[in-house]
Amino acid sequence: MSAVEFELLVAAVLLVLGPVAVFLRRMSWVSSFIYASSGGLCALIASVGAARLVARTGDSGLTLPLGLPWIGSHFQFDALTAFFLVILGIGGAVVSLYGIGYGRHEHDPMRVLAFYPSFLGAMTLVLLAADAFTFLLSWEVMSLLSWALVLTHHQETNTRTAGYVYLVMAGFGTMALLLAFGLLAGSDGHYAFDTMRGAVRSPTLAAVILGLMLLGAGSKAGLVPLHVWLPLAHPAAPSHVSALMSAVMTKVAIYGFIRVVFDLLGPSAWWASPVVILMGALTAVFGILLAMMERDLKRALAYSTIENIGVIFAALGLAMAFRANGLTAAAALAFTAALFHVFNHMVFKSLLFMGAGSVLTATGTRDLDQLGGLIHRMPITSFLVLVGAVAISALPPLNGFASEWLMFQAVLMSPAIPQDALQLMIPAAGGLLALAAALAAAAFVRIYGIGFLGRARSPAAQTAVDVDRFSLMAMGTMAVLCVLAGILPGMVIDAISPVAKAVLGGQLPLQTHEAWFMIVPIAEGRSSYSGMLVLLFIAVSASGAAWAVHRFASHRLRRAPAWDCGFPDPTPATQYSAGGFAQPLRRVLGTNILGAREVVVMPEPGDPSPARLTVTVDDPIWHNIYSPMGAVVIYVATKMNGLQFLTIRRYLSLVFLLLIALLVGLMLWA
Amino acid sequence: MGTLAFDIAHLLAGGLLLVSFMMIYQDRMFALLHVFAFHAVVLSLSVAWQAYNQGAPHLYVTAAIALVFKAAIIPIALRRIVKQLGVHREVETVVGVGVTMLAGIGLSALSIVLMLRVTAHADAFAREDLAFALSVVLLGLLMMVTRRNAVSQVVGFMSLENGLILAAAGAKGMPLVVEISVAFSVLIAFIVIGVFLFRIRERFDSVDVTAIDDYREVHR
Amino acid sequence: MGLTLAVLIQGLQMLLVVAVAPMLVSVVRKVKSRLTRKQGAPLVQPYRDLIRLMRKDVVLAENASWLFRVVPYLVFAATWVAAALIPTFATGLQFSWTADLIAIVALLGSARFFLALAGMDVGTSFGGIGSSREMMIASMAEPAMMLIVFSLALIAGSTQLSTAVQFLASPHVGLRVSLGMALVALVIVALAENARIPVDNPTTHLELTMVHEAMVLEYSGRHLAMIELSSALKLLLYISLIGCIFVPWGIADSDANASFAAYVVAVLLYLIKLSVGGVVLAVFETSIAKMRVFRVPNFVGIALMLALLGTLLLFVSMSL
Repeated sequence: MSAVEFELLVAAVLLVLGPVAVFLRRMSWVSSFIYASSGGLCALIASVGAARLVARTGDSGLTLPLGLPWIGSHFQFDALTAFFLVILGIGGAVVSLYGIGYGRHEHDPMRVLAFYPSFLGAMTLVLLAADAFTFLLSWEVMSLLSWALVLTHHQETNTRTAGYVYLVMAGFGTMALLLAFGLLAGSDGHYAFDTMRGAVRSPTLAAVILGLMLLGAGSKAGLVPLHVWLPLAHPAAPSHVSALMSAVMTKVAIYGFIRVVFDLLGPSAWWASPVVILMGALTAVFGILLAMMERDLKRALAYSTIENIGVIFAALGLAMAFRANGLTAAAALAFTAALFHVFNHMVFKSLLFMGAGSVLTATGTRDLDQLGGLIHRMPITSFLVLVGAVAISALPPLNGFASEWLMFQAVLMSPAIPQDALQLMIPAAGGLLALAAALAAAAFVRIYGIGFLGRARSPAAQTAVDVDRFSLMAMGTMAVLCVLAGILPGMVIDAISPVAKAVLGGQLPLQTHEAWFMIVPIAEGRSSYSGMLVLLFIAVSASGAAWAVHRFASHRLRRAPAWDCGFPDPTPATQYSAGGFAQPLRRVLGTNILGAREVVVMPEPGDPSPARLTVTVDDPIWHNIYSPMGAVVIYVATKMNGLQFLTIRRYLSLVFLLLIALLVGLMLWA
Repeated sequence: MGTLAFDIAHLLAGGLLLVSFMMIYQDRMFALLHVFAFHAVVLSLSVAWQAYNQGAPHLYVTAAIALVFKAAIIPIALRRIVKQLGVHREVETVVGVGVTMLAGIGLSALSIVLMLRVTAHADAFAREDLAFALSVVLLGLLMMVTRRNAVSQVVGFMSLENGLILAAAGAKGMPLVVEISVAFSVLIAFIVIGVFLFRIRERFDSVDVTAIDDYREVHR
Repeated sequence: MGLTLAVLIQGLQMLLVVAVAPMLVSVVRKVKSRLTRKQGAPLVQPYRDLIRLMRKDVVLAENASWLFRVVPYLVFAATWVAAALIPTFATGLQFSWTADLIAIVALLGSARFFLALAGMDVGTSFGGIGSSREMMIASMAEPAMMLIVFSLALIAGSTQLSTAVQFLASPHVGLRVSLGMALVALVIVALAENARIPVDNPTTHLELTMVHEAMVLEYSGRHLAMIELSSALKLLLYISLIGCIFVPWGIADSDANASFAAYVVAVLLYLIKLSVGGVVLAVFETSIAKMRVFRVPNFVGIALMLALLGTLLLFVSMSL
């Protein structure tokens, strides 16, 4: 049985598992059964994908007589698919493990169980598809199933709004993809990827396809300005589904972008890349700024997803720029950085969303200003989330830094590019990425410091307890992956190298033979980094210092009330709040970029009512693009509404007039 | 071109651009005048270095004129004006400093790319001087546009003129007569503007140019 | 060169930076005192302070978590590792390949991340104000630092600090206007990162404008000693960084089998560079006033702009 057949079979089983759950709904073990079997199947998916990347087993393809009768359904299993299958498999397996525990708290579990495995299956199909029809069909199934999952808590108004916005945006995205594939296929209708790959296209046509892919895949991934649905929909779903959507589904969208732009289109003109780089860099900064201002834990995480997607797209744009100039080694570096970040983001974002889910289970709230002090109440969860927060803030020695480091190395290759505009722009974009990384650290200090440290701000947070062991195991696995990928980045890079080889025709030098688990992307004299040694040094010097101090100086310790400059206040409300922590950055960057406003209402002297500080931060994209667009749609719709109440004669005359207009048009055309 | 002579020319011209940025950043009137004087000093050093390298003695005269007039007389005179007008407060800007700086960086990037493209065949000294000179000119303009206060607009104008002199010095061969007449016309322009400043002040009790705009709106 | 010798020199550097760091702080304080016509504490005072703090009991806030107790050592370790990777008196040290300049910047970022978390841990208002402002300043300073690194790497063709310093010390590098801009930017970043005037005042207490001191307000005893030591180390790190990049002469090259005398001279030169840096810092701090906290982003923004401009200008000089 070839790899593609195996993966297809697993996908089919996953797809069927959803309806099966409906039949088994009376059984008490249905939830555990569904999650456990989904997890197992995902692990299978990942292991077959990993075999392709590590053991270099071969590619395979398959055509099934399904779908459109004259084409059939094409499927493929190559390095790129395999890499994303690994992403999907690991994410799906661990999140399913989490689901075993978390799913028990769901009060209407069938609303999740019926769609959850099928959602995983549909994503697998998107990755396996090798013709436009199968790809779009699976894509649409994936969108619809995730929409159904978003609507799990449909009793809440916010969720319904989120579902509606998501549906509209998903429809828009699929439309863009449809057009892109239409243009790719050409007038002859070559729907199979293999025939598309060989076609010759003009640079303009390629640019239009690229633009449509940015709209289609970008809207699913959350690229600014197509991101508006993401911070609504991702947090609205149950937390493990949020984790899947943020960690895996956005990656499937990135897969779509890479498949079409890098694989099917081939090298694009150099002037196409600055668009992608700039969009990516701006998305990164914009997303993390919004995350910095957000009070809702899960929404803040969703905004941070937008940031990471921006980082990945910027790296992909860099790869396009290098590739357009034939700089294969540099392109491979940027591409590897992008895929490494895809992996990293899958790991830490699912970890963080699972952590948020645990907090939600334990306290019943996602509002940061109702949390606090969880590090005492939920020690294990807190520790694991801390690992995720350090990793996502791109701090050494964890994995987020490794991919960020590769990306900066790619930025530093820019002098090799001959075009002036790109030469000047790439360092500036690098500066934006550095800004995004620094802001990410600030955002996660805020999320962690407000949510997990300090004193409990609500009774719920005061009585929280650690969650079940399945959830902890799942989060622990991801935390271990964060550390492993951070200290052994060479292994991940080597696993990505067949993908780079297949897509770009070039790859980074093999890293695993370097001493001390060092990574050396170009040459040793140029740059090298060893996460293992950094971790080792920090561990040795920290524990050495601690030992020396305790041994030779003092190890006594007294507990006393907090000092707080002599004004300790027992009420937890005197702590910094989420909004208070964001205030400096809100003033510095938020006022210009996000239009943040502060209104202070001071009561008159003698008036006992409290003073009020109202802060408004809005997503300007929503106000400036979507709201006007919605208004136009409603205006047009209201005008057209009159057409529903005409007499039959009028309807007939409308049809008649249209017919005449068409005929006249035809005459003028011909 | 890695020679020391070129490096120094590059450093001085780049320094001029840096000082232009410093002017944009200043938010106190006197500090602005100090930086402007420094701008002129860097300019005269740069021109003198060009004179030494090109073996063109008349450029020394230009350098001296820049040093005497722009680094000494005009700043001192402006300082007195500012004192007499009593406007030695903060420089009022139309948009924030950060935005102006960003715009300035964009403008320098633009002029660098443009000049390097246009002057592909000129020699390196002239090319880098021209690239920086255009940036300095654009920054001077930017400063004039983004400041409300007439005095800082004058400073912007003068720094713009410094950029022109840098370009002229790099382009080898502006005759001395032209130099001197340019220098004098600037001086005259300065005097005229100075007189105007006092007139504006008498009339509107402020040197904030928006007052003039308001006046015009009222009398339309 | 034998491995033992290489490890020995690396070890010497690690000990040297820790041993000298409090002295640097002391020099700065002394010069500042003398400039303001005060006698000032004796030069060994910081050492005495550290020893006394070490011996004292730790008074821990009641709801401080394990994180609060671990952070001082973590911060110290991260800063120390970063400082050990800077070529202070010799390039090509044994472990200099572990991390390049980008990683050094990020290591300092890790230290700051944990320190800011510790500021939030006890749940007091002062800790929060310190942490939030520290992160605000850092999110301006870090990209500026990154752009400075870009400039350097584009000039030297390497982000590896050892290689870059060797290149900068060689006569291939003329006067570069970008380097000048990078210097100004790096000085601003160093002032911001080390909580010096005009960004923050290292000697204030009980004032709403303080940043770093507010963040570590709840620390006492040995924990405070570790934190004081790490901030001294950080100051030393930045001055050494400025020294090795912009005044790279006299640094011994351990790849090229430098003689014993060369090392001695290099260490002496390094100490001279450090004291000059300390004196300049003291003079600068004495002659300037502290800024309002919301003026700081503008100030650090200047570093960001200068570093960006320097990178752009680099293309001018490279394309000529």
